Amino acid sequence: MSEHIMSSKFYYTIWITLLVLTVVTAAVSFVDLGPLNTVVALVIATVKALLVVLFFMHVKYTSEKLTEIVIISAVFWLFLLLSLSMADYATRFRS
Amino acid sequence: MSDSPIAVEQHGPELLHHFADPEQQRDAASLGMWMFLATEIMFFGGMFLAYLIYRFWYYNEFAAGSRSLDIWLGTINTAVLICSSLTVALGVRAAQLGQRKLLVILLLLTIVFGFAFLGIKGVEWYQKYEEHHIPGHSFNADDLVKAYPQIHIDPQHEQIYFSLYFAMTGLHALHMIIGLGLFIFLTYYAWKGRYTPKYYTPIEIGGLYWHFVDIVWIYLFPLLYLIDRKPLR
Repeated sequence: MSEHIMSSKFYYTIWITLLVLTVVTAAVSFVDLGPLNTVVALVIATVKALLVVLFFMHVKYTSEKLTEIVIISAVFWLFLLLSLSMADYATRFRS
Repeated sequence: MSDSPIAVEQHGPELLHHFADPEQQRDAASLGMWMFLATEIMFFGGMFLAYLIYRFWYYNEFAAGSRSLDIWLGTINTAVLICSSLTVALGVRAAQLGQRKLLVILLLLTIVFGFAFLGIKGVEWYQKYEEHHIPGHSFNADDLVKAYPQIHIDPQHEQIYFSLYFAMTGLHALHMIIGLGLFIFLTYYAWKGRYTPKYYTPIEIGGLYWHFVDIVWIYLFPLLYLIDRKPLR
């Protein structure tokens, strides 16, 4: 947690960016990009999540480094769960 | 109490006696909240895995189910949650600056956005009820089978999409309801003037929870609503 106080203008900028990205992701889904549709949707979602985590949740300016370790560990765990499970399901079961 | 010679008893929420200084106390509270959020990622992670596997197996049914959701309401609800995250972030700032009235107003706005989200979600669920898209005995996917003759849709697999849709949005809505309870509690004590620039930890960590629930929705929106909206060939 930090004593770093951001200007309200800064928060409004992040807010507008998040709203624009929401409209963009909804609009892009109607364009045929082939398999890239899913990739674009997930990249936009991740950018939005990063904006919220770094700025709204103050992780960018946190004084406690342990917080970052907790977050990275949690995301890494999720990555392991999804990737190793899919490595199995995507290669073993053929119908 | 003021006459007491025992120094240990003279502490308020600003600094409990087992912490060295207020910053250590704040860092500990924040880290504890992040630990809890890490367990929440694991909690939701299992559902995301189930979603991923079934989407991989039954892509056509997932795409058809996704098309049947109301993209306008979904997008508006995403915007409502983003607005609520803004009011929370500004609320934490108001607490840091000791602006009590502004803090109460921003917390109330957050609560209004939270209820708006749940209201819109309720409308969407009711639409699914009327369309017989709720898994169970009355489930019927004939409308989707007819609407997309180009793709093969198995009604049993369609039910899996809607099971996951209700489980994931339901679990998210449960988190919203808990968040609203928390924020009503925070608003009451903010009104009473409990939170000062020296002590606003509950606002900060309550905000962390609210933002986390927002992030879950940021992923649920494209995964449930935007699977395949492009024109069918």
